[in-house]
Amino acid sequence: MDRRDFLTAGKAKKAAPVQFASPTRTLSGTSPYAGPWTTNEVIHLLKRTMFGAKKADVDFFSGMTMSQAVDYLLNVSAAQSQPLPPVKDYTNSTDPLDPDNAVLAGQTWVNTNTNDGGINNRRVASLKNWWMGRMINQEKNILEKLTLFWHNHFSTETDVIGRGIWCYQNNAVLRKNALGNFKIFVKEITLDTGMLRYLNGYLNTAGTPDENYGRELQELFTVGKGINNATPPYSEADVKAAAKVLTGWQVNGTTNTSTFSASRHDSTNKQFSAFYGSTIITGRTGATGGDLELNDLLTMIFTTSDVAMNICRRLYRWFVYYDIDAATEANVIAPLAQVFRTNNYDIKPVLATLFKSEHFFDVLNQGCIIKSPIDKIVGLCREFDVQFPVATDYLGNANCWQTLNSLAISFQQNICDPPSVAGWQPYYQEPQFHEIWINSDTYPKRNQFTDQMLLTGYTRGGKNIKIDPVLFAKMMPNPGDPNELISDAVKYLFRLPLQQTSKDQLKKDILLSGQTQDYYWTNAWTAYIANPNDTTNANIVKTRLKDLFQYLMKLAEYQLA
Amino acid sequence: MKRRDFLRTTVPAAILPTVINGFSVKAFGAESPLVQLLGTTDTDHVLVIVQLNGGNDGLNTVIPIDGYANYFNARSNIALPENKILKLTDKTGLNPAMTGMKALYDEGKLGVVQAVGYPAPNFSHFRATDIWMSASASDEVLVNGWAGRYLNYEFPNFPVGYPNSDMPDPLGIQIGSTTSLTFQGPSVSTGMSISNPTSFYNLLNGIEDPAPNTPAGKELKYVRLVAKQTSQYTSVVKAAAERVTQQSPYPTPNSLADQLKIVARLVKGGLKTRVYMVQYGGFDTHSLQTTTTDTTVGNHANLLKNVSDAIKAFQDDLKFLGVEERVVGMTFSEFGRRIKSNSSVGTDHGAAAPVFLFGKNVVPAVLGNNPTIPANATVNDNIPMQYDFRSVYASLLENWLCVKNADLQQIMLKNFQSLNIINSAACKIVNPNTSGNSYLEIWGSPFTQSTTIKYKTDGGHTLLQIFDTMGRLIKTVLDTELSAGSYTYNFDSGALPAGVYYARLQNGATQQVKAMVKVR
Repeated sequence: MDRRDFLTAGKAKKAAPVQFASPTRTLSGTSPYAGPWTTNEVIHLLKRTMFGAKKADVDFFSGMTMSQAVDYLLNVSAAQSQPLPPVKDYTNSTDPLDPDNAVLAGQTWVNTNTNDGGINNRRVASLKNWWMGRMINQEKNILEKLTLFWHNHFSTETDVIGRGIWCYQNNAVLRKNALGNFKIFVKEITLDTGMLRYLNGYLNTAGTPDENYGRELQELFTVGKGINNATPPYSEADVKAAAKVLTGWQVNGTTNTSTFSASRHDSTNKQFSAFYGSTIITGRTGATGGDLELNDLLTMIFTTSDVAMNICRRLYRWFVYYDIDAATEANVIAPLAQVFRTNNYDIKPVLATLFKSEHFFDVLNQGCIIKSPIDKIVGLCREFDVQFPVATDYLGNANCWQTLNSLAISFQQNICDPPSVAGWQPYYQEPQFHEIWINSDTYPKRNQFTDQMLLTGYTRGGKNIKIDPVLFAKMMPNPGDPNELISDAVKYLFRLPLQQTSKDQLKKDILLSGQTQDYYWTNAWTAYIANPNDTTNANIVKTRLKDLFQYLMKLAEYQLA
Repeated sequence: MKRRDFLRTTVPAAILPTVINGFSVKAFGAESPLVQLLGTTDTDHVLVIVQLNGGNDGLNTVIPIDGYANYFNARSNIALPENKILKLTDKTGLNPAMTGMKALYDEGKLGVVQAVGYPAPNFSHFRATDIWMSASASDEVLVNGWAGRYLNYEFPNFPVGYPNSDMPDPLGIQIGSTTSLTFQGPSVSTGMSISNPTSFYNLLNGIEDPAPNTPAGKELKYVRLVAKQTSQYTSVVKAAAERVTQQSPYPTPNSLADQLKIVARLVKGGLKTRVYMVQYGGFDTHSLQTTTTDTTVGNHANLLKNVSDAIKAFQDDLKFLGVEERVVGMTFSEFGRRIKSNSSVGTDHGAAAPVFLFGKNVVPAVLGNNPTIPANATVNDNIPMQYDFRSVYASLLENWLCVKNADLQQIMLKNFQSLNIINSAACKIVNPNTSGNSYLEIWGSPFTQSTTIKYKTDGGHTLLQIFDTMGRLIKTVLDTELSAGSYTYNFDSGALPAGVYYARLQNGATQQVKAMVKVR
């Protein structure tokens, strides 16, 4: 004990830092789950693989076995993964000669170049609107949550990419490959127009190699930085050698395709370190040189065991929980990585193994994800079945989706523009990870959002979106019984139970307005259903439901999924 | 006046016996147990950390005029014209865009620390940022930040029992998005993030269900804690902001200025918050760092102009608000950039770079020598470190935030050199003045196999290291206590390849770096 300790011992100075009791993690692994398959497990599966668990979706999947449900969620058709592109939801350029003017309102702009910077900015906004719309209107599968995962993994930013068309192309690569083969995925993203721009691949030439992509390819996209996230197994020399392999690629601004220029390519042999078995990638010349060397580079990288481990850890932190302790590493990550390699880097078998595992359904792994801003916003809209304009009203929808994107940005998640190539901090920054989403700035804003969705909603361009609390109540099996209504609402919205005393308090204070007899609520509900156009009856019911949901959504429990 | 000073000098001894059993207050100096028992270090000093994200090109920020020919040769496509450089001294000048900070230097409110880095520099943005924020060594992973450790040390047990009457305000405030690793304490973040102090939202108080001992329960408790914390600090931050109705002008649009304006407002508004952090990005200038026709304009010049104008306006506002004595700021970036430019008119990730200190109480000087630039710089050449960045932190903690030397090691986890960067009266600690002495000489360079390094020490801890141009630590010759005197060391280069190497001597607040060249 030093002097200061001694002198200040009585003042609690230097007491052990506050630490929430270390929660019990679990030893369960990837063996198939054989436990109960009830509404609780269905909701858990849906909240993790989609945005929110909508009552109708819960009912749908409850009709299947667990294994069937997982297979259904992972079955995405080619048409589903290549949806119709974003459409023109903005006004024409003031330049009468701009080619964008030929694109009609409501038709896609992704095949027509523009020379107007202002139009380009509106296209980026249009892309973000479109993506938000895809998530809001997601089909009953994992595609949207997985696409966002890959965006966080192969992170790019629109202001660096520059051209809206390339930003769209980047997003299309993510969707198309989301459930495909990871090795092919890495090749396609390497040659993606957006990525070539984002990490300077287009500037990488034999004379002046640019190491940016060669580094991130290894540090972030494939090999990773090792379990402690600090000591990459590859060397600085490997970064430089990879950069040389990747020289010569460019983006053609007329055709919006990536092209290879043999004269810009470094055709010398590239020597890699002992980590890569001291591989030498033979330098090549000619039009196919870059492609062949890239194949060699990926073959070399994918021979290491680090790639599968890294990607499985990333998937785990996105879909299960951020804390990977020694047991999880041994019992979950390592077996998943083995599945990944055995299946030659096909993504689907890994996800199937994870989502059907006893580890995934382990009660200790339920409810412990802090909702990302997108999960919070999209999940809320879907769970409350918030009504948007009809699908043909693309302008009205664009306005609504833009509102939601603005909210997500204020909660610190701007799709298409994560903070850096590492993606969003909550998926890599130790020790807080997901907790970073919630802080003294974002927490009040998230609460303001749920309040406003219940009170006035958000209006933009004459279109309003808001929660109709009566609609939600009607989805519940027995809304006339205040006890069942509260229990069911808690069951669908939360992942943690509320104590009976809490529920009773809510019933009394809110649904019964301080009364003790349940029939006050039952009568009010019955009267409203019998005569929904009677504004007095409607207001009695609506006011109370609004207060109930406002309260529930402000509980910390509603931040978890 | 500080509370401790107040007690020591003005409180009549007669009122104290009930508190301390009859001992006269005069019996105790500043270091006395009594003063220690008064609790946390008492200071109204504020530290503002300005993060420049992306890796700022130090060589085009602080330009070595005395090595101009080599500087120009290494980066002719982005080199600044010699006659446009804003001279701080005969040898060193600023980028022409930095007129605001040049003015601050002339007013005696700007200090420059040359070539700040650490052994074995990391070239990855994320890892290098973590190293700077956590104040770790290159090969060491710390999951908490240096400001977080400091604040946790001063305010133990946070957040349990906070806010309280001694510390009613947030410990640290980050303007902007999420709180960074810098503020991460041993268990929770000591920082509060705000984007606009006038738009807080009131929380509802209500029923709380027990949290189970599961991961879900852990996260539930975390969210609840933030909820409580938010509502507790909302009112004090808002009230502080509302107390200030007039500030001097800031440039717009300038997001760094916007952030610093909030900081000035909260400091003046009376918050006891010790550390503020603001961030400004875009320094990853791989390409088109300047325009191709005029190297004094372009992306990097715009960035530096915004930084310079924002800090100048902030400093002017602090003076206007009458709180200039209380605030010192520092800038940092995760790394500097390569000496040699690339042909995309940019620079790739590099190593050491200058750090700026600003405020009325900084030592307004250029600390250290200009980096030595080789006559024919190659693509791998990096600027060797003269000062360890952790020495800058340690010196700010000791000489500005007045942390006791004995406590410093617990925050910095190691003993770091104390630098003469803060007015010595700030915490009444005297820094030795060792300017003008040569402590390090190379006898015989270029050399083929071995050379003799002559070094001098004033006694006490002495460190002699050899680095290569990548900043890798080749050898630690000595790291020990020595008595004052001159010594020599014969450096045998063994199987090392031909090239430039650097010897670095550190003794107390002094350090010097000399280049030596091995030839075949």
